[in-house]
Order: sequence, then C-alpha cells, then structure tokens
Amino acid sequence: MATATRIERAFDALGDPTRRAVFRRLRKGNRSVREIAEGMDVSRPAVSQHLKVLKAAGLIGVRVDGARRLYGVDPTGIEALRNWLDGFWDETLAAFKAAAEEEQNRLEK
Amino acid sequence: MPELDFDPNTIRKSVNVKAAQEVAWKVFTEKMAKWWPLAYYKIGKANAVDAVIEPHVGGRWYERGDDGSTCQWGSVLTWEPHSRLVLSWDINADFQYDPNLKTELELRFIAEESDHTRVELEHRHLDRFGNRRDEMRRIYDTEGDWGKLLEAFARVAEA
Repeated sequence: MATATRIERAFDALGDPTRRAVFRRLRKGNRSVREIAEGMDVSRPAVSQHLKVLKAAGLIGVRVDGARRLYGVDPTGIEALRNWLDGFWDETLAAFKAAAEEEQNRLEK
Repeated sequence: MPELDFDPNTIRKSVNVKAAQEVAWKVFTEKMAKWWPLAYYKIGKANAVDAVIEPHVGGRWYERGDDGSTCQWGSVLTWEPHSRLVLSWDINADFQYDPNLKTELELRFIAEESDHTRVELEHRHLDRFGNRRDEMRRIYDTEGDWGKLLEAFARVAEA
C-alpha cells in the first residue's frame, strides 16, 4: 500500500471513538474478540466489525494461537501514521535550531 | 528510537542548539513565524503570516493570516520560562477549543555548557488525530486543503 493511502486509511479508521477504544486495548497486548469486548459497551459482532476496519487500515494484525484468533497492533501500520509527524518535526525543529542560532549570533555581535 | 521505548502514539525528538536557554525559549515562543512552516502547516484560508503563543497558562496558540484573521491551533497547558512548555493542539470543526480532541506537545529546554541548549520535544496522544481528521475533512473536502496538507506531510515523511 502506498504510504499516503495507508495514512489516509489509518486516519479514517481511528476517526471513530469506539475503534480508538478497541485499538487502545490492543496496545496493551494481543487480545481475542471476547477479551476486547469484555467491559466495553459494544457487542462482539460490533467489535469484529471494528477489528476488520482496523485490519484493512493496516493498523492491526491477527495471529492464530491454537483455537484462538488473537488481534494485536501492527507496528508498521501505526508507524506510517507517525512518520508524517515524525518527518514534520525533524524539519520543523531543524528550522527552529537555525533560527535560534541566528538569534544567538545576532545578540553576540 | 530504541524499540523498547516504542509508543506508537508519541513522537520524541531532541535537537542541540548553539544558543542560550533563554534565547532558544524566546525564539520558540515569540518568533515562531521565523521557523514554523507556515506555507503548508496552517489551518485558515488566508495566507498565514505569523504563529503566536500567548505567554501564560490558558493562553491561545494561533496563526494570524495576512487579512488579519486568526485561527486557533491550541492553547498553553504549562508555561515555565525558560525551561518547559506544554501546548495542546485542539482544533475542532468550529476552530474552538475542545478538550476531547487535543493532542499534546511538550517542549523542554535544557541548558548545557557554554550557551548550548538541548531542546526535547514530545508530541503525544496522536491517536486523537483520527477524530480531528474527520472534522477537518468535512470543512476542507471541497477545497482540498486537507488533501494538500496530507501530501505535504507525506512528502516530508518520505524525504
């Protein structure tokens, strides 16, 4: 998936508060659908639907552990989302550094 | 970034600046227009000519357009001159403060020997951007502004 498309999908997927809640649960470790739905005000089929969207967005993956299907965060998916801002801050801080050093030089003159 | 530290919803950066702590703080908080990429990281319809942080807790962080309009980006959560600053990004569909949407940006200015300063940046709660994106889309879909921002970000990320 091209980076831009992938980021779009990741943002779309995380635009829903319930999906963000599901995603947050997975960040704590791999979980089955039943474990994710526990304590949430959402039915298991609804959780499955949210997992499907998160998976299509490349944010999570699924692993088969015996009879159980465990969902977990796909580190490369969320990374695409971060990469945007990561690159943005690299450039912006570099520009800030240049401006601060210029200001320091000006003051020393 | 070490794998053990990896938090997908937080970005951490650090930069060493050959400037005194006070100078670094001042350039960051008072002269943002000199270095912030206003050409492509802005919200309003007008060309942005300045980015302003009001110097107190609760102060606004906003851009000013060449037509005099302002668009708020967030607000000041912590104001500790010249060492620590926490800002929120909390732009919702009405350009109003919304505590449910904000992401947080923390800056630490650490004085080092002979007028050097280490500036550490932490941008956290990135998962909340999902919400913001949907709202921004609603506003900008017709004009494609959001799309342009996405492209600009993607270019930076892929460079």
